[in-house]
Amino acid sequence: MSYVVGLKCKECGNRAPVSPVHVCEACFGPYEVEYDYAAMKGKVTRASIEAGPRSLWRYKDLLPVSDPKTGFNSGYTPLRKTQRLAKELGCSDLWIKDDSCNYPTYSYKERVVSVAISKAIEFGFDTVGCASTGNLANSTAAHAAMAGIRCYVMIPHDLEQGKVLGSLIFGPTMVRIRGTYDDVNRLCTEIADKYGWAIVNVNLRPYYTEGAKTYGFEIAEQMGWRLPQHTVVPTAGGTILPKVYKAYREFIELGLVEDNQPKIYSAQAAGCNPVVKAIHKGIDIIEPQKPNTIAKSIAIGNPADGYYVWHAVKDSGGWGESATDREIVDAIKLLARTEGIWTEPAGGTTLAVAMKLIQMGRIPKDESIVISITGNGLKTLEAVQGDLVPPEVIEAKLTEFDALLERNRAEQKPAGKATRPAVSVV
Amino acid sequence: MSVKVRIPSPLRNYTQGADVVEVSGNSVGEVLNGLKEKAAGIETRLFKGPNQLNRFVNIYVNDEDIRFLKNLETPVKAGDEVSIVPAIAGGIS
Repeated sequence: MSYVVGLKCKECGNRAPVSPVHVCEACFGPYEVEYDYAAMKGKVTRASIEAGPRSLWRYKDLLPVSDPKTGFNSGYTPLRKTQRLAKELGCSDLWIKDDSCNYPTYSYKERVVSVAISKAIEFGFDTVGCASTGNLANSTAAHAAMAGIRCYVMIPHDLEQGKVLGSLIFGPTMVRIRGTYDDVNRLCTEIADKYGWAIVNVNLRPYYTEGAKTYGFEIAEQMGWRLPQHTVVPTAGGTILPKVYKAYREFIELGLVEDNQPKIYSAQAAGCNPVVKAIHKGIDIIEPQKPNTIAKSIAIGNPADGYYVWHAVKDSGGWGESATDREIVDAIKLLARTEGIWTEPAGGTTLAVAMKLIQMGRIPKDESIVISITGNGLKTLEAVQGDLVPPEVIEAKLTEFDALLERNRAEQKPAGKATRPAVSVV
Repeated sequence: MSVKVRIPSPLRNYTQGADVVEVSGNSVGEVLNGLKEKAAGIETRLFKGPNQLNRFVNIYVNDEDIRFLKNLETPVKAGDEVSIVPAIAGGIS
């Protein structure tokens, strides 16, 4: 059964029926799905959720979809308690929520797209699309292929090749737009208007964003029905952070977890940190920026939901920091060599910022911490390519291998620092 | 001096369905204030106070956000295009 009541403007409270609208006619504020929590009490329980499928649809009662059409294998990604990374950072209860292995295109976007495309089909659309920095394009194209619906994806012209091919392979019509993500987004608003398509992150936005809650629900359930005291989340457009916070608040409201006053922290790249700047200033006006960072997937200079990120961070008692490109790449490498997880620059940003917050003492080392890894490093080879030393080449002779080991030993490299001379022996 | 103002669909009930309206003015502020002559009531959607835009209203002049220019004081000339765009986000990875 559905517990959805309708849409409600987050800004002025204006209400609207469930329909493909995203902007409040009264004030241009964003609509959000409203639920009847009172009716859920006693019906949406730990047991009812645990009895559900091992996918994001186990939280269907808290999502605005009654008949899922895709995403049956998406979500329910690992939440891992780290050992080696925790030791490196001096923490005792450090976790990684790992959407770098989300199915089928390896990012947290499967969650929002599964909900949006299911809803698009329910509304009767025959074409879906998205404005994307890459991951959303991959996911939209793949889920559209699974659901058998026509797909258009619009991306900035300068994205990493992995993200371009990673969409094209699913057969959508793909358009590269000269400009930044913000330009692409603005064009998509006009396209949605003119052609009447379901642009998942534009006119289906109220439904799309709800999918992001499942990331927070899973953290809570997988920690054994409790909330981490600190959650560090990357911020680009501002979808996931307020929704993780909303997920925590919903579980508290339903009595599924204890209210331990969880704090939420925003991570941005130094080359694109409009929300973090506003958090530091203490004023909830987000000044737009022109992005300049290797963290392209989170290079959104004009995040409309930045306002809600600011408030979720402040309401929860959290904070925000940004990381330089150098710190981002170092964090990517650290996560890979300590935990065997290869994330993209967005994940590097989140880890680098978490490390900063821990060093600053804003996050106590002995409390429970979750770091949100939302994307996969295999799509962004360019980010680390110049930073890894190519391997040596030798003849297929044991004597050559012996000599190589001898040379490596002579260098007496400190353990864990994977450096090798950049020479080829052929 | 006449400039084109692009109207997004949620506001077209104020313009009898028109997606472009010609308005005169020397600055973005003058143009948006002049819009109410042709689309009565639209100002209540754009402004929350005198010279203060609603939080979720973004204004572009020839594809540039006015917050990178001189906000409502941004000068406009004949042939310029002013777009009203609802702020919506998306993205993260």
